[in-house]
Amino acid sequence: MDLNDTPEQAAFRAKARAWLEEHSSEAPVLQGDGALTDADEILAARRVWQRRLAEGGLAGATWPAEFGGQSAGPIEGVIISQEMRRARVPGILDVIGVGMLGPTIMAHGTEEQKGRYLGPMLHGDEVWCQLFSEPAAGSDLAAVQTRAKLGDDGSWTLNGQKVWTTNAHFASYGLLLARTNPELPKHKGMTMFIVDMNAPGVSVHGLRQISGEAEFNEVFFDDVVVPAENVVGAVDGGWGVGLTTLMFERLTIGVGSEGFGYNGARFARALADDPAAREDSGVRHELGTIAAELEAVRWTGYRLMSALQGGQIPGPEFGLAKVTTVNCAVRAGELIADVMGPQTLAQENEWAYMISFLPGLKSAGGTEEILRNTIGERVLGLPPEPRLDKGLPFSELRAKEKEGAAA
Amino acid sequence: MNLNLSDEQQFLRDAAAQALSRFKTVEAAREGLEDPSALPDLWPTAVEAGWPGLLVSEEHGGAGLGVYDAVLVAQEAGKVLAGVPLLGVLPAALLLDRAGYADIDAVASGELRAAWLPARPPGGHTAGWTVDPASGMARSAAPVAGVDGDAVTLSGTVSWAPDAGEAQLLVVIGQTADGEPVAAAVDASAAGVSVERTWRYDATRRLANVTLDGAQGVRLDVCADDIAAAWYLVQTLIAAESVGTCETALAVSLEYAKERHTFGRPIGSYQAIKHGLVEVLRRTENAKSLLVYAGFAFADFPQEFAYAASAARSVAGAALDFTARELIAVHGGIGATWEHDAPLTFRRSQLSRRLVGGTADATDRVADELLNGRGPGVQAA
Repeated sequence: MDLNDTPEQAAFRAKARAWLEEHSSEAPVLQGDGALTDADEILAARRVWQRRLAEGGLAGATWPAEFGGQSAGPIEGVIISQEMRRARVPGILDVIGVGMLGPTIMAHGTEEQKGRYLGPMLHGDEVWCQLFSEPAAGSDLAAVQTRAKLGDDGSWTLNGQKVWTTNAHFASYGLLLARTNPELPKHKGMTMFIVDMNAPGVSVHGLRQISGEAEFNEVFFDDVVVPAENVVGAVDGGWGVGLTTLMFERLTIGVGSEGFGYNGARFARALADDPAAREDSGVRHELGTIAAELEAVRWTGYRLMSALQGGQIPGPEFGLAKVTTVNCAVRAGELIADVMGPQTLAQENEWAYMISFLPGLKSAGGTEEILRNTIGERVLGLPPEPRLDKGLPFSELRAKEKEGAAA
Repeated sequence: MNLNLSDEQQFLRDAAAQALSRFKTVEAAREGLEDPSALPDLWPTAVEAGWPGLLVSEEHGGAGLGVYDAVLVAQEAGKVLAGVPLLGVLPAALLLDRAGYADIDAVASGELRAAWLPARPPGGHTAGWTVDPASGMARSAAPVAGVDGDAVTLSGTVSWAPDAGEAQLLVVIGQTADGEPVAAAVDASAAGVSVERTWRYDATRRLANVTLDGAQGVRLDVCADDIAAAWYLVQTLIAAESVGTCETALAVSLEYAKERHTFGRPIGSYQAIKHGLVEVLRRTENAKSLLVYAGFAFADFPQEFAYAASAARSVAGAALDFTARELIAVHGGIGATWEHDAPLTFRRSQLSRRLVGGTADATDRVADELLNGRGPGVQAA
């Protein structure tokens, strides 16, 4: 057992650190003194920064060299994240594109798609969004109803609605899962498309969250025409393509749980100056419980890195790090606000933001309940619940659901 | 970053499992409730395997291994509810080794059986070095120590000390009039030492209440940090045993949840059961991660050992509490009877939670370290 880098990793880390030391002054300031406040300026500055990181080999390092990456392993990706945190610079703008959608296109896309889209994605010139979830397709993602119909000229026409779409308001492209054959069972009749977010018929509306900010959107598609060459993977084979994206999403979230910045030391600092709180057994017990569990997340992250280094693909159990992180942060928010009182809930207070952010984070990237189902079944080998949608054509399933709701 | 077990560690773990498999430890845990003499004496097994000298340096006749190696053994013991007297001997051997005690070779080999009397370092609401009281919330002061050169005279009572009743040599932590901790080696048969053997609820853990009345011992040349490390070592070992017990309980629960049917399907298909068992996994895996931390902290960043070991005890203790109740719940009524092993796991959880400071004290210590600006500072890699 060894916590240290291998010589190769140490060299990689040194290189990343040296680059950051030279260039961190170019990074946009997003917090504290002199922070940018105008949303457009922030966006523009983050695009430029992503380009600089890509040029320096710190964005998309795990991408193959032919697409502008460094063909680095996942552990080198983690090393870069650690060094960026250490240098206190913002990460890339398009985490979803570079972390999840780009790798999906590499795995399933045509040569033309890879040649056209990956470069501008990596450099921040074209930001991407993930158009999977719908108002009636969340945990049961294969229930998507957005319809793509094939026209005589081979193009497709999209109609429907997507939701929870991060970055849609400034994205150039989206990767969209649509139903192409409702007469097939639900997992089989879907296709993955690349959609131009500036095409006629696409409209994006911000969804304000508890905090009042709108970090994601609902997106409407009204007779949006998509050319045939924008199909990713096989027609009616979109579920398999989507599973690839979800695998990369799990990796992004699993590695990223520590990156939320929720840790015991930070929460303790918020309480340490209050003499009554310091001495209160209930406060101390709650703080100790939260901190110990969050410390476990940090070390689970190291176990994940060790598994990656050993060439293992991390299993869904590492998704539990997100469950622990979110639930501990929820408790920490309650604790701090209970100690500090209503002032904690002032609009500009960092804890008010955290308190508002967490209820949504609990469902982001898969609800806690779905995650527990997945882990219970795939890791613990427990039997799935009986389901009523197996083998039925999607069109009949919808009719059945309507009947059931009417009864 | 490589957290895989080395070949030697795998061998150590497998050998421990093998050695303990020669005894029906779980059956004995049940029989021992009615007849404590039915419990196998696992001391000879420990001696044969070299566990008393696990943490003792090689120059003193030990194996010179680290805390994580001891964790592996404790975890195997926990899996089968084996009453291996690790909680007494390992911290005793650690202090005797660091002090360069004259008979350390005999302690390492197990010829001379040693046990440590738990003493908690100051912190939180409790100033001074303290020991678990016979009863109640107020902690008792550690035995009063009078020092005269190498000789130490000790007076006081230490309650609920694991494994102390069988030891020939006691490592006692006393406190001088100035509040300084003093470690001393005391012959268990010396004048002024009285040892009352006892147990509560979980027959696999042998306990003792030790009263010292002017007992004479030999001063051990160790610093306060060493004396504190013994406490945190035992926090880590209790966490490791708890993790092992959770692992077995999860496996047993899963097996039953897959074969037991209600309303035409296995109970493990219901979310209420499935999510509960995933919660057992989540808590157990978190505790495992903290055992890795404690192992590294002891060797590589000792200033974090108090924090790491306390976090491990806190999370593992809560994991075992949860798991023991879940094990019973998944099995339904039968899980609450002597027909099943679940009550033995439950008994283990109930006693473990309250020994050597208790789980809650470890949780408080985590907060205390953080509120005082200690805790994690050194980042890995």
